[in-house]
Amino acid sequence: MCRLAAITSKDYISSIEPILALETMKEGHDGSGLGLTLKNLGGEFEKLKKYPILSGICSKTGKKTLDDFMKKQGFRLRHEWTPKIKPIRGIVARDYYFARAYDYPASYAGKSMHEKEELLMNTRLAIRKMGEPDESIFAFSFYPDVITLKEVGDPLEVAEFFGLDKNGLKAKIVFAQGRQNTNYAIYLYACHPFFIQGYCSMTNGENTAFVPIREFLMSRGFPGYIGYNSDSEVFTHILHYTVRQLKFPLTYYKDVITPLKPSEMENRTDREALKLIKQSLRPLCIDGPNMVIGFTPDGTCFMVQDSKKLRPGVVGGIKGRYALMSEECGVDRAVPKRDRSKDIFPMKYDMVIVSPDAQEVKVWNQLQG
Amino acid sequence: MEPASGIRLDHNHKLSLREFPYIIRWRDDRCKRCGRCTAVCPVKAIEATVKVQRIVKSEGPVPTPTAVRSITHVVEQVTDMERYCTGCGTCTLVCPNEAIEPEFNPQHKFLHYKNKGGDGYKRGGRRNDPSISTLDRLKFTRISMLTDPALDAGRHEFRIRSYIGRILPPENLPLKISNGKLVVDKESIFIPPVREIFPIMIGSMSIGALSPPMWEGLAMGVTYLNEVEGMPVVMASGEGGMPPRLLRSKYLKYFIIQIASGYFGWDEIIHALPHMVEDPAAIEIKYGQGAKPGDGGLLMAQKVLKLIAKIRGVPQFVDLASPPTHQTKYSIEEAVAKMIQSMSMAWGFRVPVYPKISGTKTARAVLNNLARNPYAAALSIDGEDGGTGAAYNVSMDKMGHPIASNLRECYLDLVKQGKQNELPLIAAGGIGKKGNLAANAAALIMLGASAVSIGKYIMQAAADCFGDEYNRCNLCNTGKCPRGITTQDPKLYRRLDSDRVAERVVEVFKAADVELRKIFAPMGRSTELPIGMSDGLSIDDQAIAERLGISYAC
Repeated sequence: MCRLAAITSKDYISSIEPILALETMKEGHDGSGLGLTLKNLGGEFEKLKKYPILSGICSKTGKKTLDDFMKKQGFRLRHEWTPKIKPIRGIVARDYYFARAYDYPASYAGKSMHEKEELLMNTRLAIRKMGEPDESIFAFSFYPDVITLKEVGDPLEVAEFFGLDKNGLKAKIVFAQGRQNTNYAIYLYACHPFFIQGYCSMTNGENTAFVPIREFLMSRGFPGYIGYNSDSEVFTHILHYTVRQLKFPLTYYKDVITPLKPSEMENRTDREALKLIKQSLRPLCIDGPNMVIGFTPDGTCFMVQDSKKLRPGVVGGIKGRYALMSEECGVDRAVPKRDRSKDIFPMKYDMVIVSPDAQEVKVWNQLQG
Repeated sequence: MEPASGIRLDHNHKLSLREFPYIIRWRDDRCKRCGRCTAVCPVKAIEATVKVQRIVKSEGPVPTPTAVRSITHVVEQVTDMERYCTGCGTCTLVCPNEAIEPEFNPQHKFLHYKNKGGDGYKRGGRRNDPSISTLDRLKFTRISMLTDPALDAGRHEFRIRSYIGRILPPENLPLKISNGKLVVDKESIFIPPVREIFPIMIGSMSIGALSPPMWEGLAMGVTYLNEVEGMPVVMASGEGGMPPRLLRSKYLKYFIIQIASGYFGWDEIIHALPHMVEDPAAIEIKYGQGAKPGDGGLLMAQKVLKLIAKIRGVPQFVDLASPPTHQTKYSIEEAVAKMIQSMSMAWGFRVPVYPKISGTKTARAVLNNLARNPYAAALSIDGEDGGTGAAYNVSMDKMGHPIASNLRECYLDLVKQGKQNELPLIAAGGIGKKGNLAANAAALIMLGASAVSIGKYIMQAAADCFGDEYNRCNLCNTGKCPRGITTQDPKLYRRLDSDRVAERVVEVFKAADVELRKIFAPMGRSTELPIGMSDGLSIDDQAIAERLGISYAC
């Protein structure tokens, strides 16, 4: 089972912080990989918030292919961050890790954010398609104010490898996953967190309903619903589908993945809508065991459990800094000075929602709506 | 000496018992000549007769043979093909001394001769194929082990439920946001009726085909399951109407009313419409059935007694043949759509209406048409191994399509269109053939079925039907069912206790519910039915695995 560590803060924090929290949960991951997603970037990216950032890895030949492609698409490079690699035994360094801020093609100057999001996603998918056969390019995210890093290895060593303790990559929201490699070969695209058009999530546990969910998502006719090298990628896409595509409020994500029984719906004022949602989105019901931590484009973070609550998960912190973790020890590392009695362990009906800038934490109960 | 005149001594053109599918093993030493077996035999395949025996005896120290003639009473199997032993074994049941039983004769040449008068062999029951079906070869191989905890079938809460009814695609849901909550905008779009059901339903078997206590027993069992056990099991009426009081009762909601090409019973149903206090669970339009694809329904004259004649609105003792196709069926694009809409309209669009077809290579064409018809509530596909019915043997044994690949290709077709959750598929045909009801049902669900339908299995399990894949009994069409299941003869059907049938129906469904949990729990599924969870299935045949899009395991 993977271990998850997320910190949301009103101040910019170092990307190493959730990784140090992951380290406290080391018994639960086997060091097979680290995934890191940063949102609301500080440091050198603070002034580049409106420019989409392409995060990925490429080989020398992949770099040339990428440069040519981006140029052809009309993207202009504004800024580039590359980690100062520190050789670590056991981590095979790839040629080129990058986070590049681009300016949109001129033709997109007056276009809406919705249209820009389509462009960014399609561009990322095209890059992925180009680089996937020979693994010459990996593109993890292409979106404003978001960076994603992934590499195989022990999380703390990978962080050291990237120099995250020194290089000043900062953000207000940092998601980190310590990968437990189970069913699938170690492959970078299988590493959480997953990101699509502003929506991000990471999950622990296996997804027993993976195949019907994947088939349902892939048949929505939305080009971004591909990949699925990990069964957890569907959780991100369900979030995106529910909130962005269907335009449901965030709490309905919980109603989609763990629908209530008809008798339980009776107490909800929106029961008629719930009944229809349960029917129409039946294939997206997860059956666990899963705990999901995610964020939405406005910087809201949340944690939910499957309907049997078979995975650990805890949220704790103080106003302005909250940690959403697999285990209590992670929260202790991330926010040591807090009132532990106020830590929240979401149960099967709960959705813990932390507002942007970690100002407020709410427990939304599905039975009450 | 035997008298010679008028008798052909060579016995040519007379069949030997070796040609018959079942040979009666009668034990002279045990038989007390009570006559129960010959009285009960539904086909008069055995008869009490006398034999003259010449016994040569020799008593004393030197041979002094003397011939004694004696007359003995015996039970003898007749060699008349019209009175062949069906192997039902009713004789064995009634024999007080275990002196008689039929034995299957694998070398029989029954079908070579069972066409007297130039007519093909007609029978009841289902396909005679004792081989292991694909459904029985499917294994559940994705077991949650350590990487994710298996569920506890006894401790965790399981929801084994499904839907029949057209389900709106999520993109078309008439929802709007009000105060941060979703509300239904009912004016904006037609919301089709959807019923939550238990995923195993009792398929169509009519009053008429079934005896009054059998149909009543099933109906009582289903009602008990709903009312007392909280299991939303539904049952289809078959073509032949429903008891008028049931039509007007609150229990109608547990029944799917079938309309077929003969429209039998629909005069009564239409007249009951204004008096109905509940809507039926659904309306099934029968275009075909797995037992006899391409054939219409047939209730033979001997089964059309007073009660049946009244419910169906026909004279007594006439053959009731439904045409192979609906008279109004001109094209699927038009006539089927119209029929679905007409039936929907009759109940104010509050009842799901779906067609049932035989398993066929053309199922996908039917499916794709229905997928475009927003009023089509489901598609029921009845595979070759299924059904109970009166039909030509050739129709039963040789016509039709196995359900597994038929269902799977239909489901995958829907997946391609993104409509796998919009049009539920109901699969039937050979479920529980070897007694593995829950396993067969789960396998079909994981191949893509939303629900499955059973017929023969429930007759066997709930009412001890003798029928099997060796053509045992299969007298359903003749009205001589020795169990009283498929007869309208009071002398026969009073053997069947409807309360006992109902009790068994309840037991069967409760046991299936437990077994489904025992299948789903180790696979980590409990909240929603694992429809299309094909990664959980494997089979030990590469070709089948490839055809079904599942893994090969050996």
